[in-house]
Formats: sequence, structure tokens, C-alpha cells
Amino acid sequence: MHDPTSPHSPPRRIGSWTVIATAVAVAAVSFGYVGGWLAPHRLTPEKLVNQLQDNAGTFAGYRRNHAKGVCVMGYFDSNGGAQPYSVAQVFEPGRTPVVGRFAIPGGNPYAPDSSVPIRSMALRFALANGQQWRTGMNSMPVFPVATPQAFYAQLQAQQPDPATGKPDPAKVGAFFAAHPETAAFLAWVKTAKPSASFATENYWSLNAFVFVDANGRRQAVRWRMVPEAADADGHAGKAGDADYLASDLAARLAQGPLRWHLQVTLANPGDPTNDATKTWPDDRRTIDAGTLVLEHTEPQDSGPCRDINYDPLVLPAGIAASDDPLLPARSAAYADSYLRRTSEEAHLPGTAAAHTPPEKMR
Amino acid sequence: MKTDPNTFTLAARVLHWLMAVLIVAMLFIGVGMVASVSERHEWLLAIHKPLGIAILILAIVRLTVRLRHPPPPLPADLPAIQKLAALASHWLLYFLMLAMPLIGWAMLSAGGYPVMLGTSLRLPPIFPVSPVAFAVLRQLHGAFAMLLFLTFLVHMAAALYHGLIRRDGVLSSMLRGRKTVPALIGYTDPPAAEGTNEVDAERTD
Repeated sequence: MHDPTSPHSPPRRIGSWTVIATAVAVAAVSFGYVGGWLAPHRLTPEKLVNQLQDNAGTFAGYRRNHAKGVCVMGYFDSNGGAQPYSVAQVFEPGRTPVVGRFAIPGGNPYAPDSSVPIRSMALRFALANGQQWRTGMNSMPVFPVATPQAFYAQLQAQQPDPATGKPDPAKVGAFFAAHPETAAFLAWVKTAKPSASFATENYWSLNAFVFVDANGRRQAVRWRMVPEAADADGHAGKAGDADYLASDLAARLAQGPLRWHLQVTLANPGDPTNDATKTWPDDRRTIDAGTLVLEHTEPQDSGPCRDINYDPLVLPAGIAASDDPLLPARSAAYADSYLRRTSEEAHLPGTAAAHTPPEKMR
Repeated sequence: MKTDPNTFTLAARVLHWLMAVLIVAMLFIGVGMVASVSERHEWLLAIHKPLGIAILILAIVRLTVRLRHPPPPLPADLPAIQKLAALASHWLLYFLMLAMPLIGWAMLSAGGYPVMLGTSLRLPPIFPVSPVAFAVLRQLHGAFAMLLFLTFLVHMAAALYHGLIRRDGVLSSMLRGRKTVPALIGYTDPPAAEGTNEVDAERTD
């Protein structure tokens, strides 16, 4: 059979070119949509981190949130208590080296320690088998919101008004009114005071995770670091010292190591694992998995925690993510922040210029 | 089976189409995961790493096949500039399909991340921990991904151009084991043996 139309005849060629152009356009547009460039309403890690910068300013080389902090080094002494629930090597009896970081929330690395009532502890456990467990915990039992979208809305509401330099109370009020899930956090924050020490704080995982045992059985958990140090506030936090947390920590470590107990709470069936605004009932079984021993501190500019992204989804075999929607958002946003600050460290073109002097301090 | 110099070997064709699917999927997974804060971020990332290593292994196998069995010659009447473009884009594709997984692997190593392919399978680091190297490699990984996607678009458009407009047997040499049309020099009319398009060219009349 002879094709009556020559391949070089104009109608045929127009049809063929149309096919080619369509194929290329469909591929390119799909790519643009999946990559977010053609989906402007999708919440992306970039938008979250941009909003953090809009709220606090851009400080080259620093984390975009929890920017002010110090490195700590030590180890975790497992007592084997969590072993029946998780095959993670870190829970076998014995020692796992830890590089951690204490910090305060916010994107300003020069903010006074008294500016927020929250402190955070991030840890990286380097397991002997080469796997790692990274966790970022906060000194509050619940998170204000349950989803990344709500967190983004909260950041937008709290963005300082250029006229006053402070968030607009009307916007903040409207946000909390529209988000009743923030009630537990608001109740906590009402009584919370900026602590004088990192050492006396409890640090909660906030998000739920899943322990996986040797038989593949899954157990939803949350954990918390419970301090041994329990002295009353007051001996630090001297007036005029905006950085009292770091000096308090150094002073305490000069006296000896600081200890926390890793308390793992086991969820009952039906306990919410996807909602960091809700605590689990107090009667849930809690196991003591071992002791965190912190021995040394170093400034974050030169210490070993500087280049660690405390991504809560860097998990060893035996610990898995839960269905908490905040977890992938944290992981994605931390990765974006890490890329920005390491790019600034590398002085790559297009990155934020050098160091911002501490004139932004309030 | 005797080797026909006008065709790609079966191994080359299987590798080509398998990798075409994997690489295009990988590009969409990559841009999708970095632009998402949802649970998609997590499971796409979980696919991205083992799939990248699979592509690296396949690319090495494919390069070996390619070096052992040269591809069929391009049509003799193809303009020199198009021949050059074909040659350059093919080697660029080979370079990128090898470089992308290696850069990804090196970048995670430089960032101090454990390179996990699953819940417990871990690859050793291939680069010392360095935030500066991480930043450079991570930016390169993104830039090369864009270059790879553009090269894919050009490659696909060129393949369709050969198949639909020139109808010179280049596309069918990768679709089938046998070219129905030998490379012709400056033909003006399609031979009777060729069907209305590449896809039904195998039909016998």
C-alpha cells in the first residue's frame, strides 16, 4: 500500500509538527506543575522558609528557624528498655555518641534568650552500624497547630508590620480565633516563662513516631527528655545578658555532665498520631529507654552541630515516621534551610550576602 | 541472531526504554519532592534514592552495551549540524545519567547524611563531610536535573521529527529490531514498503 500523502506535503507536516509540539508542551507543562512553578497555590518548603525570613530577617549562614543556639556533645546510655519495641541499634544496651544543639525558636541568631519562653534540644545519634537518628524537640508538650498549612498561616499572621516592627495584634488574634486547635498550646504558653537554663527543661518530640520491633510489629510512640537537673530558676538570666542560656550551660558543664532520661510513651490504639496539638492521656505506659549524658559545649559557629541538619525524618531501622503531616513538612523545610545556609557558607552566587550585624536586635 | 548494523541490539532497546521510563519518572519525582511539604515529600524521597542507584547501575550496563555494539549509523543525508546535535545530545545524556546519581550520592555524603536506600540498607559515603561541597553538589544536582529534562525534551522532539517528518528509520531503529527502510540518501518519496507512519511500518502489504 502506498501512502497517498507525501511526508513532505504541507498538511501532513503541519499535523506532524503539531504532534511534536504537543508532546513537548505536555511534558514541559506537567513538569512545571509537579515542580510547583505552575502551581502557585501549593505550599512549598521554599514558601515556608521565605516566610520565616520575612518574619525574622535573613541571617546568612544561620538556620532559618531556631537560629540561635549552641552545640553540645555527649552520649546516650541505653538501658535496653526500649528494645522490646524497636530494633534500632541505639536501644541495645550500650553507648551511642551524640552531637546535639540547644536553641531558641525564631530566625534571629541575636535575639535575647528571654524573647521566647520555648527552648529546643536537637540530637544526632550516630549508631555503630552507620545509621543515624536525628530528632528536634521543644520544651512544650504540644505544638500550636497540626498541619503545615496552619503553621504557614500562623507565620503569615505573625509577620511584623513594617510600620511598627511588630506583628499586627488583629491579624494574630484572627489567626488564633480561626484555629481552635491552638487552645492547648495557648493554655501552656500563658503559664510558660523563659527558663534561665537549658538544663532544667523537658523536651518533647511533639510529633508521634512509630517503633518497629524484630517481628515488624509497629507501636506508635512519643518521647521526651526529662532532666535530672531540677533547681529553681533564677541563678542565671542576669539583667543585661541576652545570652545567659549559653553561659549557664557552660558553667554547669564545667561542674560535670548534664543528664536527661529518654522517656518513651506508648500510644494506645486510637490515640491520635497525626495531631501534634493533642497530648495523649497521662495513663499511657511510659518506658525509660536510657540516659542522655551531655559533657561539652561549643559555640555553634565552630562546633560540630553547625553543619548538621536536625531533620526529624533521618531515622534508623526500628524507628519510622508516623502519619503526622508536620513531619514531612519539617523535613522538607529543614532541607531548604540547610541548602540556603550551606550555599551562603560556600559563597555561591545569588545567596544572601555575608554576615548581618546584630543591629536587628531588639 | 545475526547483528544488523542498521538496528539497535535488543539489549540496547530494552535498556533505552526501561531507562527512559525510569529517568523521566525520576525527574518528576525529584522536582515533585522538593516542591512538596506533604507526605509526598517523604515517599517520593524514599523512591528517589534507590531508583537513582538503579539508574546508575543500568547506565553503566548500558554504556558497556553501547561501546560493544555501536549504534546504527544516522541517515547519510542528515545535515551535519543535526548529526552533531544528535551525537552531542546522546553523550550529554550518558554523562548526565551517570553523573546525576553519583552527585546525589556524593551530596548526601558531604551533607553528613546516612545514605539510606531503604529502612536499613545503607551505602557508604563517597565524599568527605563538607557543607561547602554539599551546597555545590546540591545546586549542581538541581541544575543538571533541569539540563537533563531539557535534553530529554529535545531528544523526544528529535525522535518524533525523525519518525513523523523525516521518516528516515531512526525512530524505528529504536522501536523495533529491524529498520524497514535502509538509510537513503536524499530520497524524495517514501518507498512503497513504508507505511503511513513509523508505527505501522512493519505492516506488510
